Amino acid sequence: MLAESMLRELREALGSKNVLSETEDLLTYAYDATAAMRRKTPDVVVAPKSTEEVSQVLKIAQKYGLPVYPRGSGTNLSGGTIPLEGGIVLSLLNMNRILEVDTENLTATVQPGVIIQDLNNEVAQHGLLYPPDPGTVTTATMGGSVSECSGGLRGLKYGVTKHYMMGMRLVLADGEVIKWGGKTVKNVTGYDLTALFTGAEGTLGIITEILVKLIPAPEARKSLLGVFDDVDKAGRAISAIIRNRIIPATLEIMDNMTLRTVENFTHAGLPIEAEAVLLIEVDGYKEVVEREAALVEDVLQQEGAVEVKVAKDEQERERIWFARRSALPALAQKKPTTVLEDATVPRSKIPEMLKAIREIAHKHDLLIGTFGHAGDGNLHPTILTDERDKEEMARVEKAVDEIFQVAISLGGTLSGEHGIGIAKAKYLPLEFGEAGVRTLRRIKEALDPQYRLNPGKIVIRKE
Amino acid sequence: MGIYSTLTSIEGELHKCMKCGNCQAVCPIYKETRHEVGVARGKISLVEALLSGETEMTEGLSERFSLCTTCMACNANCPCGVRFDQIILAARAEAVRQKGLHSGKAIAFGALKRQGLFDLGLKVGSVFQGVALKRIPGRKSGSRLRFEVGIGKTKVFPNLAKRTLRSELPEIIRPAGTAKMRVAFFTGCMINYFYTDMGKAVVEVLIENSLEVVIPNGQGCCGIPASVNGDVESARVMAKRNLREFENMGAEALVVACSSGGSAWKHVYAELLSDEPKWRALAEKWAEKSYDIAEFLVDRIPFKEEGLGRVERKVTYHDPCHLNRGQGIYAEPREILIKIPGLELIEMKEPGRCCGMAGSFSLIHPELSDQILERKIQDIAQTHTDTVATGCPACRLQLESGVENADLQEDVVHTVQILAESYRAGKLEPGV
Repeated sequence: MLAESMLRELREALGSKNVLSETEDLLTYAYDATAAMRRKTPDVVVAPKSTEEVSQVLKIAQKYGLPVYPRGSGTNLSGGTIPLEGGIVLSLLNMNRILEVDTENLTATVQPGVIIQDLNNEVAQHGLLYPPDPGTVTTATMGGSVSECSGGLRGLKYGVTKHYMMGMRLVLADGEVIKWGGKTVKNVTGYDLTALFTGAEGTLGIITEILVKLIPAPEARKSLLGVFDDVDKAGRAISAIIRNRIIPATLEIMDNMTLRTVENFTHAGLPIEAEAVLLIEVDGYKEVVEREAALVEDVLQQEGAVEVKVAKDEQERERIWFARRSALPALAQKKPTTVLEDATVPRSKIPEMLKAIREIAHKHDLLIGTFGHAGDGNLHPTILTDERDKEEMARVEKAVDEIFQVAISLGGTLSGEHGIGIAKAKYLPLEFGEAGVRTLRRIKEALDPQYRLNPGKIVIRKE
Repeated sequence: MGIYSTLTSIEGELHKCMKCGNCQAVCPIYKETRHEVGVARGKISLVEALLSGETEMTEGLSERFSLCTTCMACNANCPCGVRFDQIILAARAEAVRQKGLHSGKAIAFGALKRQGLFDLGLKVGSVFQGVALKRIPGRKSGSRLRFEVGIGKTKVFPNLAKRTLRSELPEIIRPAGTAKMRVAFFTGCMINYFYTDMGKAVVEVLIENSLEVVIPNGQGCCGIPASVNGDVESARVMAKRNLREFENMGAEALVVACSSGGSAWKHVYAELLSDEPKWRALAEKWAEKSYDIAEFLVDRIPFKEEGLGRVERKVTYHDPCHLNRGQGIYAEPREILIKIPGLELIEMKEPGRCCGMAGSFSLIHPELSDQILERKIQDIAQTHTDTVATGCPACRLQLESGVENADLQEDVVHTVQILAESYRAGKLEPGV
């Protein structure tokens, strides 16, 4: 039971409307977008409006010995915001202001509760772009996507969140506030804490201000669709595009199972007999886009595509990307539970990875559709199941284990963009070994010895 | 068993939700409160907790269920096709079954069940409305509350009509010459008691198109305010009365000029009466020939274009949620508007965004309703138009209030009123 005095202190610090303590509200902070996770209701939810208020919350948490779980929109896919040990959920949604767009230094300063799309709408007025675009771009917060180091469809050419981080303001576990980085491109002063805290999933500190790099928005873009009757050929086409020194903004793949499901859902005229399709977009100056699109078309044909479609106008372009965007929703409608993984391999290993996933699906008698960011090796094997079916869920777990093992054996990683959270914490030794996990733990304990911040995520406390 | 009878009826909808949170992008309430309970995903998790026994129905829970304008923007944005409107209606009905109806609503819906009593109350109200409401100087209509009664003092209410529409018009109105068809007009309460100008415009346009209009005297409240708040029993009584009265008069088609009324006739009656086969069959029969007025004029008739006179208006159109997402009608009103000579249609930024009225929602949550309205009014202001057209009297009330409070010089009218204005102008123009 929560101490009355603590609630009072929180209300005094934040104002009572920013402190939620009724069960009917608390129940709605027991989950996030991760499938098949155990729910856990927090004891209280607070929504501070400033760095100072965040610091006060952490001091109160320290005084009463409660864990603090930072949360944005709760759209992550690794259980990253579930309050495993109860305590305080710290919502950053009230800190939702864009503080500055600096068109000379090409930076933006935002509070963590700003929605990614809102930032992009704002900078678009200056002809600029903040490239990271996870599937949740219209809902996810900047704080959440920095903490998870989100990727998205443009990773191949533009990189991911960490490539745009220039600095941040942070509240540490004991409530102390530090500021790191700045608007200079070059900065080697001290350890690169900005890099450390990006992707730290809120386990090391609470980010209360974010300084990101912006780039000029590309002038033009062109989309293509390549149809393949063989996954290997599609895989070779991916390598061939890159070998020809073309870096598309987006290079996506959908397997047969995904294609069939999407077509059934959208009736967009997709080739359901195909073993794989590649969806490609090049962007940049108009002239460059024309040249690159033509080159990509040639390469696709040389690599044995049975059909290549080039989007002639915005409408056709939209149709291609509508099919891609429909992949997850279409798959999700087939069964009640959708386990979406993001194991990632070097792009040259994509065909092997696709084959391995198919074998795993067959072996465990599971429905797995695979689509994803082929250009950067980040696939989304999506297992369709029903969490009420215990026997099938056991098979799902085995399949997930094997997917991770294959990814690592191919020189890949457990998570390309969704993060470790609760869901993948137990697999870390597979990738780092015990010494690697010990190193993570020493960093965690140096900054947060009490395991106050987002406990139970990434680094598991030693008993 | 339908959604109004049991909570388990929506279990399938609940299982579809994968908690992705996409509803956050479009929920007007969540945009203001930023509390998870405001958005569909939050309330779905509450219904799940209720069904699993993790929590029981409390006053607090039923209060949380009131946090929804049923604008259906989440339905439209849901990758899994979850019908959240069905979930929230079932949850509210369950709350009423377990906890009873909020006392103010109980009295209101009780009175609406007995339309005569309600009529009398409002008649007295129209005489005495000055006691509670203060007319706004310089405006021909609209009043503000003189004192705070828990629903906010900012809202501008339309003045009650001196005579209700249905007492002013005969039950059957025939056009000159032979009628092409007999059309029944379901007026709905707001048009009958407040916006009689809208109702008269509907009749005027129908007559102009050589249609016979019947306005059954025995019709009453559509029942939506009751069903939306979980008072299923009252809603069923109202549904049956309306079905009976219209069946007695008979007509080839039924038109409404109000989005709640349209939803009632097209969807809700059959669902409400799904456990009573005879009534359900009657509801389905009428559902098939029920039309929104714009839909009727464009898709069924089509309306007469000769005789349309110039209307010099710059118009922006607000999509009522229950007309747009609820009935799929967004093209038809625009089609009418662009055919009117002299009229310029200028779209606002998000015409389909909820205005925050949502019937009694605006009375239970006046501040929230005002915040949602404010965004809408900003979008309207940016169009630099002189007229807001819409397809629903409830939206009209809300928008008039917002426009008045923001000091904008905009007329807020129903699309059909502008059409009537154009026919009238046509008669005065030489050679048309």
